Amino acid sequence: MDEKALPRIQLEDYQRIVGPEVIEQLFQLAEPLKGLKVVHVNSTRVGGGVAEILTKLVPLSNSLGINTSWEVIAGGDEFYRCTKSFHNALQGNHVAIPKALLKAYEEVNAANAEILRPILDDADIVFIHDPQPAPLISHFPERKGKWIWRCHIDASKPYRPVWRYLRTFTSQYDASIFSIATFAQPMPHPICLIPPSIDPLSDKNMDLPGEEVDTVCRQHGIDRSRRTILQVSRFDRFKDPLGVIEAYRLAKRFAHDLQLVLAGGSADDDPEGAAVLTEVYAAAAEDPDIHILMLPADANRVINALQRSADIVIQKSLREGFGLTVTEALWKGKPVIGGNTGGIRLQVIDHHTGFLVDTPEGAAYRIRYLLHYQDKLQEMGLKGKEFVRENFLLTRHLRDHLALILSLRNGGSDRIELHRVDAALALSAPG
Amino acid sequence: MESPETQAPFLVRDCALSAYATGLRAQNLRELRDRLAQVSTECIYYHFWGSRLYSGFEHPEYPNMFAGWVHRSLHDHRLGERLGIIDPMDFPDLEALRQELIETIEQRLEETEIVAWSPADEQFNFMRSRVVVFDTPRTIAHPRDLVEVLPTLSASSVFYHFIDARLRMPDLDDFRAWLLAYGDEFLDLVEALSTVDLFFVPLAELRQTLVAVVSAYFSDHQVKEA
Repeated sequence: MDEKALPRIQLEDYQRIVGPEVIEQLFQLAEPLKGLKVVHVNSTRVGGGVAEILTKLVPLSNSLGINTSWEVIAGGDEFYRCTKSFHNALQGNHVAIPKALLKAYEEVNAANAEILRPILDDADIVFIHDPQPAPLISHFPERKGKWIWRCHIDASKPYRPVWRYLRTFTSQYDASIFSIATFAQPMPHPICLIPPSIDPLSDKNMDLPGEEVDTVCRQHGIDRSRRTILQVSRFDRFKDPLGVIEAYRLAKRFAHDLQLVLAGGSADDDPEGAAVLTEVYAAAAEDPDIHILMLPADANRVINALQRSADIVIQKSLREGFGLTVTEALWKGKPVIGGNTGGIRLQVIDHHTGFLVDTPEGAAYRIRYLLHYQDKLQEMGLKGKEFVRENFLLTRHLRDHLALILSLRNGGSDRIELHRVDAALALSAPG
Repeated sequence: MESPETQAPFLVRDCALSAYATGLRAQNLRELRDRLAQVSTECIYYHFWGSRLYSGFEHPEYPNMFAGWVHRSLHDHRLGERLGIIDPMDFPDLEALRQELIETIEQRLEETEIVAWSPADEQFNFMRSRVVVFDTPRTIAHPRDLVEVLPTLSASSVFYHFIDARLRMPDLDDFRAWLLAYGDEFLDLVEALSTVDLFFVPLAELRQTLVAVVSAYFSDHQVKEA
């Protein structure tokens, strides 16, 4: 990929957020890896969480002196239908995939293997993201580098026939990465656990001027003088928007000024999403204090402003992958009331960064509690922000990648000792 | 013995853990016992010690993850208590600690007729970790400087020097090892640090406890010298 197309990363900007120690640690990890060629491969340049992460992770890695590139495989309609089915099957849906689609999937990977051969033959480390490019490894039997399969999907209860098929490819890798332990499947190689991350400098997470937050709220009819709860998510049954409305109604009996904002994307291309949205409108029943916002995919600053304007953020999912909307809300100093599921459990530490709940009643009770105890609300918000700073920012994500590379190159030693490099000099070095 | 003036400074280090899944899970007590016998000692390390780096807030009611899971997900409070009181420092190595865990579970299995199960999404995930150790630019020239420096150490530095050190040096941590190099001069401080209970507090609080011990020692000794 043309690296000029990626944003330029200034390590100093990250240092201001995470502190010099974290940047120094990145330099120490990068020092023994200088000169290596690292390649990431996925199936889309824009849209989706993986592309969002790679857009920043790749230049950040380059800024440490590691030669890192990002390649994208391309396929046709049958290929994407097949990989969409993989996605659903890994999440447990019983999906029968016709042989013709599997054939297209393998052919697309074979064709892309030839296109990428010069780059991948030469790579020291190859990260393959998700199932789409997983079979590439079969075409490099003489590979010199270490290949790592990164699964961003909750594969805790995969549809077995599909997992058995994919495993013929994923088991060939030197290591795999899952976001949390419960998502992982047994593998014949090391399974590293690396949670995803947010970029504190992106449009979705950067600090915003108060006037911009005010303007966004005004544009969407949200009264900033009143208390607001917010859920940002697709209109999907697993996100339980109807449960959020029920919780809001129960809480509003004790907090008459309360407003609810449900912000999500358009459901035009998702028949089930459209049905859920219809139910949401029906449940809202023209309550003027329920704001249902349909936002375009690139409305990152708007989402940022909405999260900053909220008093409490809700993520009342019934099932969730990692839940980066929770991370985003915590980063903005908001306590989160989250469904007791998936990666939300890693982020919402009960009574510390928010509350885990199992029912709309539980959510309503915690909303009332936090609205009543403003000092607790503030304290949880502060704790949540620091929790994200330590655990879920892009710099930690890169640190974990570099540690895994070092570990693989050191033969899996359980202890890696690193030594100082002059971070100040490294920061001032050109490029 | 070197004089205090020539004693090497304390080099502050930091660390991070990379967590790894084994893919092994337990949903009941028999599975917990069987998997415990099967996993590497790195797993025992992680579930007793390494996980401390990840739990930033909670006061660990049960100081190891086995006890916590048995209590919370199997609701076997009796076994939770027995596993919770196991002090890993009582054992010469992680293999011996593993045997103690297995025998404690065996005993409980013999006592009970029904094996408790956890909900499917609360299974025990066996994990292990790899430690990455970082240099820092910081040094502590003299023990009295601990009063100034300790409060500024990261939680992971405290973990490395006060907890992880015990696996590198049985019955000792990095601070006490450094102080002992001064001969008899700081034996009282070494003794005071040895009484710090590291099991029941998050790392940030452990740091505060260490600061309190060191501050009290030097405050007391300044008074005596005066």
